[in-house]
Amino acid sequence: MTIDLKTIKHIAKLSRISVSEEKAKKLAGDLNSIFDFIEKLNELKTEKITPLTSIAETTLKLRHDEIKSKNIRQQIVKNSPEKNEDYFVVPKVIE
Amino acid sequence: MSDITKQTLSDLIKNIKAKKLSSEEVTKDFIQRSEKSNKLNAYITEDFSNALQKAKMFDQKPNFNLKLPGIPIAVKDLFCTKDVMTTAGSKILNNFIPTYESTVTQNIWNEGGILLGKLNCDEFAMGSSNETSYFGNVQNPINENLVPGGSSGGSASAVCAQLTPITIGTDTGGSIRQPASFTGTVGLKPTYGSCSRYGIVAFASSLDQAGPMAQNVKDCALLQEIISTHDTKDSTSIDFKRSQYSQDLNKNIKGKKIGIPKEYRVDSMPKEIEDLWQKGIDYVKDCGAEIINISLPHTKYALPTYYIVAPAEASSNLARYDGVKYGFRAKGENLIDMYEKTRSEGFGAEVQRRIMIGTYVLSSGYYDAYYLKAQKVRKLIKNDFDEAYKKVDAILTPSTPSSAFKIGEKKDDPVSMYLNDIFTVPVNLAGLPGISIPAGHDSKGYPLGLQIIGKAFDEQNILNIAYAMEDKINFKNKISDWWIK
Repeated sequence: MTIDLKTIKHIAKLSRISVSEEKAKKLAGDLNSIFDFIEKLNELKTEKITPLTSIAETTLKLRHDEIKSKNIRQQIVKNSPEKNEDYFVVPKVIE
Repeated sequence: MSDITKQTLSDLIKNIKAKKLSSEEVTKDFIQRSEKSNKLNAYITEDFSNALQKAKMFDQKPNFNLKLPGIPIAVKDLFCTKDVMTTAGSKILNNFIPTYESTVTQNIWNEGGILLGKLNCDEFAMGSSNETSYFGNVQNPINENLVPGGSSGGSASAVCAQLTPITIGTDTGGSIRQPASFTGTVGLKPTYGSCSRYGIVAFASSLDQAGPMAQNVKDCALLQEIISTHDTKDSTSIDFKRSQYSQDLNKNIKGKKIGIPKEYRVDSMPKEIEDLWQKGIDYVKDCGAEIINISLPHTKYALPTYYIVAPAEASSNLARYDGVKYGFRAKGENLIDMYEKTRSEGFGAEVQRRIMIGTYVLSSGYYDAYYLKAQKVRKLIKNDFDEAYKKVDAILTPSTPSSAFKIGEKKDDPVSMYLNDIFTVPVNLAGLPGISIPAGHDSKGYPLGLQIIGKAFDEQNILNIAYAMEDKINFKNKISDWWIK
């Protein structure tokens, strides 16, 4: 299987990572060699196997819906690259 | 008392309790040695003046009932530490100062431990050589220009060079055990669910596990006893009866059945590794254990499975780094452009590669062929271990397919880098505990490790086997302090 440049650019878009032409070519090379290695799994027949979705064989526990952290707005926005009072600031989205 | 930093954790604790040493003296010595060791690049963030302050406070009102009375400890920079920068080795978190503490580190401070600083690691723990860190590669104290392994490379280097008496790392595919093996130290990856993941920067949530790294098995057991707690803040934390790992530690492994999996005898295995493994087999036999040949038939599919599951989970976990809520933000013409530039400039090459792999295997039309397939093979790998554990109590393998390699040697070949984790990855996929202990040297004098894999929640058993083997092996690390001028 070969992942072409068009696919690389599509995945980059889904990943929200900007790629130049040069970077896309490098990524295509890397991803193709990694997928060559991954293709080994096709040797195995797995139709009847149940997928393992969780390694910890426990069911999620229920708990009371209690508020445990109060007045932490400042903590939440503290590390934001740009903020205005209690709000995150992003580039304008509505023209 | 001279040579404080050369003492084991157990000796330091004994001497502090006997008032032969103060926490301040101990902390000061580790700080001084750390300051002289900048060349190793083991630290990302030093918190030395706070550490000294805390040590003085401890001495003023000492509590000798604590398990780590005034002991200074540096930790991997993947654990969130309140008010102390936490970067995960990434530019994208270069300015991140957590407002909360990870459960595992909190457990250490509750027992009297004092934070020395944050240790270097591969970016988001993605790497096997510490070369993907935004903060530069780490030197292996064993020899100049040798990688310390990864991703917990700073942690392994710091313990090996005695910049911290013990430390904690995280292990998603071998990130504690491989660097432990490369630096002649001991590293334990606990059972999935043993240590809380709360406050640990997430990489692959179904595989990530924190664990202790130390100079010997006893110190490792003590730290495991402290960090492993049930935590309601992590829904995958498991409530099971935990041993008092250090108190219950014993060398009697007579009659234990130890499995030797034939599939781990890979084609390219160097003779030195083969010989080391045989030596390990002889050691456990000497201790009265029984050797049983076993088969783990799907071993060769573990790495390909891992390189679907781990990137898939990573691509999802790392979606949160968008330049809005915290971390680095690049300038963009609009919101989407800002997202894309932030992630392109903020993440390094390996992290971007893995996000791309993960996004691809989860994308429409490919999910069944890759992700679902990998989850099915993961089941087969786990079944292999379940079958094996009907016959044996533990499994003995080499930790890594080679000793530490040169800085730069594998950097440009992702697949050859991934092959480093060939013996450690299956353990994460099956959620089992595994410990790497130093077991010998190769012809270049570099350390080599052996891995003991246990049943789920059976840390005590593998610690005991490691303890018994350590006694027989009598390993001595060859450290010349070359990095100190």
